[in-house]
Amino acid sequence: MASSHGTPPVFNNKVIAWVDHRLPIFSYIEKEYHTFPTPRNFNYFWNFGAIATVMLVLMIATGVVLATNYTPHVLMAFDAVERIDRDVPQGWLIRDLHMNGASFFFIAVYIHIFRGMYYGSYKAPRELLWILGVVIFLLMMATAFMGYVLPWGQMSFWGATVITNLFSAIPVVGESIVTWLWGGFAVDNPTLNRFFALHYLLPFIIVAVVALHVVALHIHGSNNPTGIDPKGPQDTVPFHPYYTMKDGFGVVVFLIVFAGFVFFAPDYLGHPDNYIPADPLVTPAHIVPEWYFLPFYAILRAIPDKLGGVLAMFGAIAVLFILPWLDTSRVRSCTFRPIYKWFMLLLVVDVIVLGICGSKPAEGFWVPLSQVATLYYFAHFLVLLPILGKIERPLPLPPSIADSVLKKKAV
Amino acid sequence: MRKPFARKFLVSGAIALAALATGTVAIAAGGTESPPPRKWHFQGPFGTFDRAAAQRGYQVYQEVCSACHSLRLVAYRSLMDLGLTENQVKGLIKDITVPDLNDEGAPIDRPARPSDRFKSPFPNQAAAAAANNGKAPPDLSVMVKARANGADYLHGLLTGYVPYDKLTPEQIKEFDVKPDDNFNKYFPGHKIAMAPPLADDRVTYADGTKATLDQQASDVTEFLAWAAEPHMEDRKRTGVRVILFLLALAGLMYAVKRMVWSDKH
Repeated sequence: MASSHGTPPVFNNKVIAWVDHRLPIFSYIEKEYHTFPTPRNFNYFWNFGAIATVMLVLMIATGVVLATNYTPHVLMAFDAVERIDRDVPQGWLIRDLHMNGASFFFIAVYIHIFRGMYYGSYKAPRELLWILGVVIFLLMMATAFMGYVLPWGQMSFWGATVITNLFSAIPVVGESIVTWLWGGFAVDNPTLNRFFALHYLLPFIIVAVVALHVVALHIHGSNNPTGIDPKGPQDTVPFHPYYTMKDGFGVVVFLIVFAGFVFFAPDYLGHPDNYIPADPLVTPAHIVPEWYFLPFYAILRAIPDKLGGVLAMFGAIAVLFILPWLDTSRVRSCTFRPIYKWFMLLLVVDVIVLGICGSKPAEGFWVPLSQVATLYYFAHFLVLLPILGKIERPLPLPPSIADSVLKKKAV
Repeated sequence: MRKPFARKFLVSGAIALAALATGTVAIAAGGTESPPPRKWHFQGPFGTFDRAAAQRGYQVYQEVCSACHSLRLVAYRSLMDLGLTENQVKGLIKDITVPDLNDEGAPIDRPARPSDRFKSPFPNQAAAAAANNGKAPPDLSVMVKARANGADYLHGLLTGYVPYDKLTPEQIKEFDVKPDDNFNKYFPGHKIAMAPPLADDRVTYADGTKATLDQQASDVTEFLAWAAEPHMEDRKRTGVRVILFLLALAGLMYAVKRMVWSDKH
């Protein structure tokens, strides 16, 4: 597809032409965001890449403003956040946008990941594109975790304690690593300081990896709902205005839902305990992470052994890195995979069940349920995917994207 | 047939997320009986604070709660948001003195200014704990946000005391209640250090409202709900405008998108 970009653009504006001759930034924008040939048959799932980008920018913009008003000290952090809420002009708005923005960034990215899995966007030649995406997801998790520590409420403190303690499961050096992470012998001021520094740093690393993600995307172009490659100009449309306008519409709709939470239920996705200042002497009845970590938290607790639990939790993300090679089917899109389609949807149900298990105390009925759900999660990737590709008979693929679009219109 | 599928997934995804979020919220309430949900003036997308109730609630806080509970994040000047004039605020605090340092660096007590935060009943946490059997009474500034369904919980807690002689033998046995203990229906674990703080006519309202236990409990809850989020009305007003704007923009974007795509469909 990269070869079909056509001739380089000519700029009438002399300044633009002068700059472009020396630094072809305008040619780049023209090529990659205007004429860039994009499959014409995207559904609305393809909006979530743009939506996630908007959320990333929103998080950085609000985060920088919050950082100018925040104090990373154990005695002052809680009050600093309240001061932003109460006394900084529009501070409440910036803070509500940032804390709900984290949740909505994850919502966008989870839908984006689902879309990639359902339509087989990770398959050759897009394996590195997918892997870079998993790297972004990991960086987001680290950033969000450290951000949740900053208000220094009870869940901040105890969440930080539980998660950093996971590293103590590493044999021999575990305890030393935890002390090194904390910068002391407990979660305390040095921990808060370094988490603040890293919480500010990591988003810019995310931006860098997103740039690589986009570069990799533009080598072979986007996948599409049929999973078949465009065969010519009749299968594609220029990115602008077709997808800039469609993405714009999707972004605005997403922002309406987001605004609903920001303005009418800003604390709904949070935990009331985080409005209690951190107290190392009082442990909350149930320590729960933010909702977007709950499935992984459930996997962690499903394994009765500490090291095993930690390995399973990290394994649940590690398995995503090798997804392109676990899937043995030659067909990308679930649309043409009559059996795998249902297993893919079952995986979504499984992850939701894990999320609910993660929110419940690890007792009674929830323990075996989270164990079964964990087992299924890994079985999906390590057993079902490799086998299904061999035994499943895919439906006949349409001859071309244009053909599938036109046939649909006829129906 | 792909588009309907996509739509179905979007919907089921949204439902799943909602279920997940509900799950998260539900656990916070776990353990004890939840207080009955009440109607609050500040509920809902257009709810506002009942100024008169919140002002009466301030009186309850000042005359009763403030003996033990601080409200250290709220400034006296903020009371003007509840409809008081600057002079009224100055009048309210004219007898309050706060610790400070004079120009020579010596500790003094000076008259409180509107810009001061509410004076705490104890000089520090240790003193607060020492005066209350080893556990400092919690600050009330964000209490309504710090409990699940905070307003209902607070009202329930203030009205939920059961005298020892009204307890069933099973309750006494199960929770190991002694005659001197305070039993509260809605407090996790039921045994609460705080003695029943309110009773009928504990305060006398200037506006003639009858000061029943229930009335005082809902007034002070209204006040503390305001204290926890003084900008709530601004938040909702802004939200209505933002969402109306976004709806209009979405309509416009949809029209533009349809127009751009008209030759491709």
